[in-house]
Amino acid sequence: MCPHPLLESHHLVSGYGDHVVVNDVSLSIPKNKISVIIGSNACGKSTLLKTLARLIKPMSGEITLDNKRLDRIPSKQLARHLGLLPQSPIVPEGITVSDLVSRGRFPYQSLFKGLSAKDYEAIEDALDIMGIKNLANHHVDELSGGQRQRVWIAMALAQDTDILFLDEPTTYLDITYQIEILDLLTDLNRRRKTTIVMVLHDINLTARYADYIFAIKQGKLIREGSPSQIISEEFIESVFGLECKVIRDPVSNTPFIVPKGRHHVLEACS
Amino acid sequence: MKKINPLLLIVLSIIGLSISILASLAFGARHIGFLEVIQSLVYNQGETLNQIVVHERIPRTLFGIVAGASLGISGALMQAITRNPIADPSILGVNTGASLFVVAGIAFFNIGRPIEYIGLALLGSSIVALFVFGISSLGRSGSTPIKLALAGAATSAALSSIISAIVLPRTDSMTNFRFWQVGSISGATWEGMLTVLPFLLIGLLIGLFSSSTLDALALGDELAIGLGVRTGIVRLLSTGAGVILCGATTAIAGPIGFVGLMVPHSVRLLLGPSMKRLIPMSAVFGAILLLFADVIGRLIGSPSELESGIVTAFIGAPILILIAMKAKVKSL
Amino acid sequence: MSDLRTTTLLMGFRRRRFRWAFSTSLLIITALVLSCMALILGNTIYPLSTVLSVLGGESIQGATFAIYTLRLPRMLTGLFVGLAFGIAGSTFQNLLRNPLASPDIIGITSGSSIAAVFCILILGLSGPLVSIAAVISGLFVALIIYLLSRSGGFSGGKLILIGIGIQAMIQSAISYLILRSNQNDIPSALRWLSGSLNGVRLSALPGLVSVVLIFSSLIILLGRHLRILELSEQTATSLGVRIDLIRLLLVLSGVFLIAYATAVTGPIAFVSFLSGPIAKKWVGRGLPSEFPAGLIGAILVLGSDLIGQYAFSTRFPVGVITGILGSPYLLYLIIRMNRQGG
Repeated sequence: MCPHPLLESHHLVSGYGDHVVVNDVSLSIPKNKISVIIGSNACGKSTLLKTLARLIKPMSGEITLDNKRLDRIPSKQLARHLGLLPQSPIVPEGITVSDLVSRGRFPYQSLFKGLSAKDYEAIEDALDIMGIKNLANHHVDELSGGQRQRVWIAMALAQDTDILFLDEPTTYLDITYQIEILDLLTDLNRRRKTTIVMVLHDINLTARYADYIFAIKQGKLIREGSPSQIISEEFIESVFGLECKVIRDPVSNTPFIVPKGRHHVLEACS
Repeated sequence: MKKINPLLLIVLSIIGLSISILASLAFGARHIGFLEVIQSLVYNQGETLNQIVVHERIPRTLFGIVAGASLGISGALMQAITRNPIADPSILGVNTGASLFVVAGIAFFNIGRPIEYIGLALLGSSIVALFVFGISSLGRSGSTPIKLALAGAATSAALSSIISAIVLPRTDSMTNFRFWQVGSISGATWEGMLTVLPFLLIGLLIGLFSSSTLDALALGDELAIGLGVRTGIVRLLSTGAGVILCGATTAIAGPIGFVGLMVPHSVRLLLGPSMKRLIPMSAVFGAILLLFADVIGRLIGSPSELESGIVTAFIGAPILILIAMKAKVKSL
Repeated sequence: MSDLRTTTLLMGFRRRRFRWAFSTSLLIITALVLSCMALILGNTIYPLSTVLSVLGGESIQGATFAIYTLRLPRMLTGLFVGLAFGIAGSTFQNLLRNPLASPDIIGITSGSSIAAVFCILILGLSGPLVSIAAVISGLFVALIIYLLSRSGGFSGGKLILIGIGIQAMIQSAISYLILRSNQNDIPSALRWLSGSLNGVRLSALPGLVSVVLIFSSLIILLGRHLRILELSEQTATSLGVRIDLIRLLLVLSGVFLIAYATAVTGPIAFVSFLSGPIAKKWVGRGLPSEFPAGLIGAILVLGSDLIGQYAFSTRFPVGVITGILGSPYLLYLIIRMNRQGG
């Protein structure tokens, strides 16, 4: 498979049990860019991400990597190309940071050998990017929430994949950590050219950090494009059902959504 | 879950109880016809072999009623207090605790009278109940059903090994090795039963007395206090009653499990959760259940007999499984 | 990336690996020592030199019979049964991510046991047929528990509760079978309820040893996969672990180990439950603990049997001793689990 293969979905239908959540989605993930999937609650964005990351089996349609069907690629090989930041993962009791991060090298390890020099390099690099090298021999369960999140991302980084999936990586973190994580992901994207696909709930952070946006409504892909291309007042209205005003973010010069509710609306704006 | 007319249920239970009493007197190593049983009771004859057998079975039958009723009420109380659908003296390890203390008493202090048995059993059951509830309450989520069951199962297994270790070298002096590990109503004597009876009555009275408070408790502590209920005292009394009931029973019968689990659930299904009805009906159902378990044990184990405790475990465990299956994931 | 920081990282790894190797070696030595003691001690105490000569093939009056015929089968059985229970217990606990999900708590060991009891006591069978029956029965029970726990949404807690219920039912049935077979005397009953090394036959050994060697090796080889599975299903899938296949192999291997061991000695209380957690603590967390768990199992069984035979005036079967030794640790584990987990 060539480096940085192309991930595409063709008429993808997916869901849980008999319940269809993602309804006929065809898309192509832009290489080496940060793509964000947005949409209102329960629109299917999380399901879409999980199906693309092959955690959920599609009901119909297919996903291809470099024009090969995902289910035809051996799982260990696939694991070298597609990585995922786990949601609510379980920390084995008493494990050290470097041991946990080393688990990310599983797709590269053969049955009888231990960690190779290349493995150690990858682990070190991952710890370095996430800025937690000094925590290498600490126990993960003694770390704070933000540090722990960084350890999990480091593990996904040690996996050294071309594409990295993240499902709401910033949800339980406060604003400082949110910016920090998104900046780190941007570093990763610039440094290693990793393609990043994430689900974010914050539309403004999305507008700032995304190179490309996929908008999902009721299981269908209704718009895609770069933030400046597609974000507009009518766009936000159609995706979220929210009235708003779109201005320019003074810090990053990207679109910035100012929501309009029922209260605290100046007469000039209503 | 249609609720049955309570009056109908009372009539049915009386019929059920009568049948189980008759069965308990009729079946066994020697089967005697129901008619003959009734005759020997009513006319109090004691001459033919059959009539003698019937009279010999009377203490056992009566004890089965007393023990079954105690265990039924004990289970109902424990489930109400812990708000835990699988609370039962055997699952909580309380029975094994009572058993261990009695065994230790016999082995090391040479006790022999029923009142001594009961005293030690009560001590043992209280300590273990506190212990099991204590360790299951550790941690953020407090005492969830699964933690309680696990703490109880672990404690029970642990204490059971110790019981084995104490009894094994003394098999000649201890009545029956298995007796202290699995209960049975076969060893009941008049003296033993009469000693347990007052405890049963006390437990029953406390249970009835606290029933309205326990109904309020089921709504949650804060709500109950808001309603003016004195939760602390009622909890203490009812827990005490529950422990006394099963401790006293274990002292004479050995540990019989699952009655306290099965009976309140069945009654609840038929009559609804009101404690005023639950307590007395659990007594009746418990009696019926234990007598039937005992009869089954005699029938399938003949010419010897299978202890009632084993039969109740076999019938009762599926109930535990069903409860676990139906429970919503969060509540475990 | 200066060389100094690289060294810290590497040193950390090396230090942990070294500790693992050292701790495991201590376990191996302890197991060997206990094995030797099992051959040396007895009605007549033979010096080590005599033992070694007999093992070497020399024929010595009295010693050969005592050591070769009586003590060696017992020692080897204890060793391999301990290995089996230890590794299988640890595997199940890791698979279900809960130390309480041990096969001797959730009914899988009883499931194998009842088939063995039925075949031996009721049908009068012996040999490999019994072991196969035990395997099938154990797998069947495991399947039932798993299927039942999926109703209304799977949760580990449900599985454990259901396992406890199934265990209670099977124990009742075993008691009934023991009664039915007129083997209600204490030694036999104890064997089938809490495990004993008394009267083990040499003929059972080759089957036991082969099964233990084959399936233990399989589990140890899959150790890395198991450690990824521990993290979460999502993580395991994204790292390329073939979850269903690996789980199936591990469960099969675990049940084979337990079934063969149970068919020979009955279910030895607590060994499956204790070995895994003790091994993890001893050898270091996050590191492979399957082989150490097996060694701990062997140490528990051999050690408890020695205590049971020689420490008191009454002979206790090994299951009663492991029960007593295991109880406080069992309670301690539950307390600690509750404190941490909540």
